[in-house]
Amino acid sequence: MVSFEGYGNYETAWCPGCGNHAILEALKKALVTAELLPYRVLIVSGIGQAAKSPHYLNVNFFNGLHGRALPAATGAKLANPDLNVIVESGDGCNYGEGGNHFLAAIRRNIDVTLLVHDNQVYGLTKGQASPTTAEGFVTKAQPAGVPSIPFNPVAVATAMQAGFVARGFSGNVDHLSDLIVKAMAHPGFALVDIMQPCVSFNKVNTFAWYKQRCQPVSEDHDPTDWEQAMKVAFTWGDRIPIGVIYHNQRPAFETHFSALKRGPLIKQPVNTTKLAGILESFA
Amino acid sequence: MPETVLNIMIGGEAGQGLVTIGQLLAKSLVRAGYFIVVTQSYQSRIRGGHNTYTIRVSPDEIQASQESVDLLVALDKQTIDLHQDEMSARGLIVVDEAFDRRGDNYVLVPYKQLSPERFANIAGLGVLSVMLGLDGPLVATAMDEFFGKKNEEMVKQNSQVLVGSRAWAEALDKSLARRLPAVTNPQKRLLMNGNEAIALGALSAGVKFLSFYPMSPATSIALTLAAKAEAMGLIVEQAEDEIAAINMALGASYAGATAMVSTSGGGFALMVEGVSLAAMTETPIVIVVAQRPGPATGLPTRTEQGDLEFVLHAGHGEFPKGIFAPGTIEQNFYLTRRAFELAEEYQGPMFVLTDQFMADSYRAVTPFEVADLPAVRPIELQILPKMNYQRYAITESGVSPRLLPGYTKHVIGADSDEHTTDGHLTEDLAVRVQMQDKRYRKLTGLSAEVTPPECRGEEHPDLLLVCWGTTRGAVHEAATRLKTEGRSVGTLHFSQVWPLVPEQFMNHLNGAKQVVAVEGNATGQFARLIRTTTGFHISRQILRYDGLPITPEYILKNLASV
Repeated sequence: MVSFEGYGNYETAWCPGCGNHAILEALKKALVTAELLPYRVLIVSGIGQAAKSPHYLNVNFFNGLHGRALPAATGAKLANPDLNVIVESGDGCNYGEGGNHFLAAIRRNIDVTLLVHDNQVYGLTKGQASPTTAEGFVTKAQPAGVPSIPFNPVAVATAMQAGFVARGFSGNVDHLSDLIVKAMAHPGFALVDIMQPCVSFNKVNTFAWYKQRCQPVSEDHDPTDWEQAMKVAFTWGDRIPIGVIYHNQRPAFETHFSALKRGPLIKQPVNTTKLAGILESFA
Repeated sequence: MPETVLNIMIGGEAGQGLVTIGQLLAKSLVRAGYFIVVTQSYQSRIRGGHNTYTIRVSPDEIQASQESVDLLVALDKQTIDLHQDEMSARGLIVVDEAFDRRGDNYVLVPYKQLSPERFANIAGLGVLSVMLGLDGPLVATAMDEFFGKKNEEMVKQNSQVLVGSRAWAEALDKSLARRLPAVTNPQKRLLMNGNEAIALGALSAGVKFLSFYPMSPATSIALTLAAKAEAMGLIVEQAEDEIAAINMALGASYAGATAMVSTSGGGFALMVEGVSLAAMTETPIVIVVAQRPGPATGLPTRTEQGDLEFVLHAGHGEFPKGIFAPGTIEQNFYLTRRAFELAEEYQGPMFVLTDQFMADSYRAVTPFEVADLPAVRPIELQILPKMNYQRYAITESGVSPRLLPGYTKHVIGADSDEHTTDGHLTEDLAVRVQMQDKRYRKLTGLSAEVTPPECRGEEHPDLLLVCWGTTRGAVHEAATRLKTEGRSVGTLHFSQVWPLVPEQFMNHLNGAKQVVAVEGNATGQFARLIRTTTGFHISRQILRYDGLPITPEYILKNLASV
């Protein structure tokens, strides 16, 4: 039986009012809606406040290195495609330290759901700019304001024709939970970039700031229309569209490996007859 | 040096097909029952430059390369200029008659007459095979197998060139023959290089996942496995960088796939944080580091033993690891298997340290009986729930029972933070100390299973040569030659360089009148490791770091000055 309670109830290390609490709740709801038993789920995370999420859920977890959640998740999914693999980490972890892996995961189209807690700032290290921080945003590390333009993960993923691209908002739990369900159901790489406030270090992009801007994509948006999706992906200002922005049906990465057609790797014993034949080819 | 040993060097520009001659000749020689040691020297470029493929051959077992050349097949003039000083007294240089060289030691081949230009290398092979006394059908079969996969027309033309060039060579003056002593009753042996043996050892151990980023001289390990991936049911993935490679392998290992990565020094530098992660999450992984000269990009296609201390100290924090350094092709196979066994048993990083010389060195090996070698099963698939399962349970051995995610109702946690016994992050400092102690206790078990060094020769020799890894063959042969001169010599070769167990070798060090370390690096890293571990100072060292492998001649020449 899959239940909300079955996913546990833990004391967290997060600040009161942090968007992480709502994202955790949305994820739990999504796991229950998808009827996934905890032992069938693997959450891989990196380092940062968001990356602590799997510690507050009763699931399998691999809390690895900063920026390296996606490669670890890719390896785990390839080793055992029966696992439902979710990556959960922040904007710094996924788009900064792990930027190359983000691009590679999109290209591979590995069946992993990537949930990015995107609060446009570094929380754990106390308030430096992240890859998604707005130009001109002042921090102790960037006292003259951030000189670089922000990274737009939704636009990059859509431009690269990622399998599934969505944006959510921690202030709309039911909507976010629904997005996570859809992302998990997508057979390929799925990105959910989640707007969330950082109550301690981002005094610009506050809950009210997001609440005012994050609005569902228009009902006539067709997420299979890539050109239309690119326009939506670049919409950022007084209105920030949330919802499914783009998806396609490219085959998932793991379907390309003949070894996996025979089931998870661990269930396949070494064929010593074949190995002896391989050795013979060296004679 | 016994007269039965012959050193054949084929030299020319990249793209002239010299590796093809070398490979076909090596195959033919091994099938005829000879032992060989191949040394490949090439530049980091696709076309042009100067490359050599050297085959040392003997009816008796040999394990080292040789510097003097007995037969030089020069496909370009540059090869003659660069290597004529290396020719032995009875050395012959096989060249194109168009090069306009004269002398008793030249064999002038009318390449233009014997073959179209693109098959000149096959004409060279034909001439060489006759000079060595190899049977025509043996060479023809090796060639057909090699080109058979390509196209019929090519096979036909090659075959005509081979027959024609052999006929021309049969008519050569007998003084130009360098016939090898025949091997009666040739034993069946396999022809493989060090990297292939590592790949095969991994397959035998049951490797299911390898991720890599291309880097000389490690790449051929991944390529060998990729070619067998479908048949053997494994995944080989070229990652976006080495950081991704090791993190992927760790994710795969956590989820149940026996996993490895292969790289060289620069790539390994990128992997180092992952080594520490393997230790903290107690995830089995085998890491092959094929050394080349550094620092930085260094000499990409040459050899060195310069990364011992780097690998030994790789990874922040303190944790146990094991490092193997195979000295023969057989050791590449068996010690790679051993690395997988220990990685699984002690749930952490195990290393195989090789180098370009061994990676590319083809040799004849007795076939491995793979049917008798059990694969390393990660763990029993435990479906039945056990009560109170703790992934990082504190145990006397330091090894905690490992379950796999998805195969049990228990959820399995792994954390790079310091963690409690159930894998959740903690800042309880008492738990920290317990966990650090638990992880480090694995070193005790690991030390009890160390592959002891191989000691040869007298128990209390006047001279003890100490070496590790790929220098084994050269050191053994140098010792043998010294013994034939009446010297009292012993050798001590380490195929596992960490952990070191002094009880296994101190009596040898203390029992010798003089101890000399032989290493392929500039500062005597292994001698230093012996000193820091045991206090025993090996002040006399024979070192080489010009990018070339240590040879018996190099050792004997330098012994006088130490």
